[in-house]
Amino acid sequence: MKLYRFGRGGVHPKENKGFTADKSVAPITPADTLTLLLRQNIGAPSRAVVKKGDTVSRGQMIAEAGGFVGAPIHSPIYGKVVKIENVRDITGYWAEAVILERNPDDHVAATLYEDIDDDLFLNVVEQLSPEDIIARIGDAGLVGLGGASFPTRVKFTIPEGKRIDTLIINGAECEPYLTCDDRLMRERPADVIRGALLLSLACRSQRIFIGIEVNKPEAVLRMRKAIDDLSGLIERLDRRVEVFGLRTRYPQGSEKHLIQAVTDRIVPAGGLPADVRCVVDNVATAFAALQAVVLQRPLTARIVTVTGPELLSPGNFIVENGTTYRHLIDAAGGVPEGSGKIISGGPMMGKAIVSLDAPVTKGVSGVVVLPDTQSHRRAEQPCIRCSRCVSVCAMGLEPYLLMTLSGLHLQQEAEARGVMNCIECGSCQYICPSYRPLLDSIRLTKSIIRKNQKK
Amino acid sequence: MSTILTSIIVCGCIGIIAAIILYFAAKRFAVKEDPLVGEVEALLPGANCGGCGYSGCAAFARACVSAGSMEGLYCTGMDEEGMQRVASLLGMQAGEHRRKVAVIRCSASCDIREVKNIYEGLHSCASAAGLYQGMIDCVYGCLGLGDCVKACPFGAMSIRPGETLPEVDPDKCTGCGRCFEACPRALPMILPVGDTGSLTWVTCANRDRGPVAMKECNRSCIGCGICKKSCLHEAVTLETYLATINAEKCQNCGECIKSCPRHCISKITI
Repeated sequence: MKLYRFGRGGVHPKENKGFTADKSVAPITPADTLTLLLRQNIGAPSRAVVKKGDTVSRGQMIAEAGGFVGAPIHSPIYGKVVKIENVRDITGYWAEAVILERNPDDHVAATLYEDIDDDLFLNVVEQLSPEDIIARIGDAGLVGLGGASFPTRVKFTIPEGKRIDTLIINGAECEPYLTCDDRLMRERPADVIRGALLLSLACRSQRIFIGIEVNKPEAVLRMRKAIDDLSGLIERLDRRVEVFGLRTRYPQGSEKHLIQAVTDRIVPAGGLPADVRCVVDNVATAFAALQAVVLQRPLTARIVTVTGPELLSPGNFIVENGTTYRHLIDAAGGVPEGSGKIISGGPMMGKAIVSLDAPVTKGVSGVVVLPDTQSHRRAEQPCIRCSRCVSVCAMGLEPYLLMTLSGLHLQQEAEARGVMNCIECGSCQYICPSYRPLLDSIRLTKSIIRKNQKK
Repeated sequence: MSTILTSIIVCGCIGIIAAIILYFAAKRFAVKEDPLVGEVEALLPGANCGGCGYSGCAAFARACVSAGSMEGLYCTGMDEEGMQRVASLLGMQAGEHRRKVAVIRCSASCDIREVKNIYEGLHSCASAAGLYQGMIDCVYGCLGLGDCVKACPFGAMSIRPGETLPEVDPDKCTGCGRCFEACPRALPMILPVGDTGSLTWVTCANRDRGPVAMKECNRSCIGCGICKKSCLHEAVTLETYLATINAEKCQNCGECIKSCPRHCISKITI
C-alpha cells in the first residue's frame, strides 16, 4: 500500500494514543451549570440574545453570530439563564459568558445522534440547493472541530471565481494522545461519509478524499468498508470517495500539509486552500454537518478525549459546550495527585489551562493531564547550530534565525524571511536539543507584526 | 621591473581620476547642514531615547537649531544646567521644564503575590502576556519578566535578585517613556515631579470590581473611594474601580496614603 505524506520536515513524537484508543465514546453525568463563552470561534465573538432569568430550551439560540466570520451559539440544555458576566477562560483572562442552569427535570446526558438512514438523507438532500445546505450549517453554529474553530459556513462560502474540485476530510489526528476522531471514524463511519457527501454538495466538488494516518488502522478499514456499503448512495450523487492512508508524521493534520499529502498541490504562501481548488474539513465537522442539515439540530456537544498517563479512567466523552474542565476531568477519575499541567487540546499545539473552572468550547478536542515530571521545560541552552529546527520545519523556515531576529527586534527582516507563514506547530521547539523557546519567540514576532499592520 | 612600474602608474592614475571625481561629487552633492547642529548634538547625551518627542538626538538637535525659542524643547536626559548650555550656544534661554520620572503601577512584590501558576517559556513579558494571565490572578499586574528593564536606555530600572517587581532609580530615570512602551500592560507611568520634589501615585492598575480585586491581591485598589474623600485638593478621580491621582493637582500632602485601607498609594521624594 502506498503511503502518502507531505513534502518536507515534520516530527514523530511518541503517540501515546493507547490510553484512550480502545475506549468507546461515552456520555458523562450532565453538569448542573454550563458556562458558554461568547468567544468560541476565530473572528468576531458572538452576541448574547438572551437575558438574565430567561428560560431556554434545548437547542435554542442564545447568542447570534457577531459578524460575517462568526457563528451562533445554542443552549445544550433545558434550563434558565442565571447570569451573563465575565468569567475566566483557560488563559485566565476575562471573557464574557452566558451561564445556564439545568432544569431539575432535565437529566438527559448528551449523546451522539442516532444513525441517519439513506432514504431520509436522500429525501432531505434532494430538496436542498448548495446554498440551503450552507445556510443550515451556519444556523447550526458549526465551526471547524479540529481545533482552530473557523466558522464552517464561511469556509464553504467559496470566493467568486474560485472552483473546488476536491473536498478533503481530515482524519489525520496527528496530535499525540488524542483519539476522538479515531473513535468517531471507527464507531460511525457511515455517518462521517454521509456528512462528507453533504459538504461536497455544498462546495460542488466531485471528489472526496479522506486522509487518515495509518497509526489508526481500524479507522482506515472501517471507513473503506463504509464506502463500499454506501456505494449506491455515492454513485447516485455522482461522487468519488477515497480513503488515503497517510504515513504518520506531525503536522500532517495541518490544512496545507494534508492538501499536499493527498493531492500533491502546494498552497501558495499566504493563500487559502481554495487557491488550489481544495477545501479541508475535519471528520468531526462532517459528522456534525449531517446532524445540522438533515435533523436541523445545532452543534451543542462534541467528542472530547480526556487522557493522561496517570488518569484513573481516561476516555472519549460526549461533552456539552460549556462544561467546566473540572467536571470533565472528574468524569475521568479526577485530577491525579502529582499532576503538573493540564493541556486543552493536544500536547503539541494545545494550551496549558490556568484554571479548572474554565469551560470547554466548541474547538476543544482533548484534555491532557500530565504528571509533574513531564510538565516542565528544561533549562534553555545556547544554540549549537545543529539546524535540526530547519530540517523539521514543515514550512521551510529557519526557526533559529527567526528567534535571533526576534531578540534583536528586527521584525521587518523576520517578515522577509517568512515568519508569517509559520503555522505554530511547534516541531522546532520539540526537536531543539538546547531546549530553546523557538516557537515562543516566533509567536511574539508575529503578534508584533500583526499589531503594526493594524496601526 | 617594467610590469611593476606599469601597475604602479595604472593604479596611480585610477586613484587620481577617482579622487578628482569624488572631489567634485562631494562639492556637487554636499548636504548643507548648519554646523551648529553638530555642536548641539555633541552636548546631548546621545542615548537616542526619544523622551524629547523626536526620533533621536540628531533630530532633536536640528529642531533646536531651527526653532525660534526653546519653549517646549527639552532633553529629558539632561539636567537644567546642560539644557542651559545648549540654549546659550544658540543664544536663547532654556524653556521651563518640570522633571518627569517613571513609576510602576503595581506593588505585587514576591512577599505579597500569591503565585498560582508557573511560566517557563520565553523570558519576556510580551510573550507571557500573549499566552496567559501571568503568575498571579490579577490580569492587570506586573508579569515580572523585565521587558521594561531591557528597554531602559539609562539603566534606571532593575529587578533585585529573588524579586519580580522592577524598581525605578529616580536619580537615573529621565522620564523618556521607553519602559511604558515596552510593558504589555502599560504599568510604568511617566509623571511630573511636584514642586516639593515629591510624587504620589496609586501603585495598582486593577480595574476589577472591588470584591474581585480584593481576592486577587493584597495590595489591590478596590475602588472604595476613601482616598478621594480624604484628598484636600480634589486630585483623586475614580474610574472603573480604580483610583488615579492627577499629578498636576496633587500637593503631595500624604492624606490619601494615610487613609488607603489597601496600602496601594505610594510617595517618593527625589
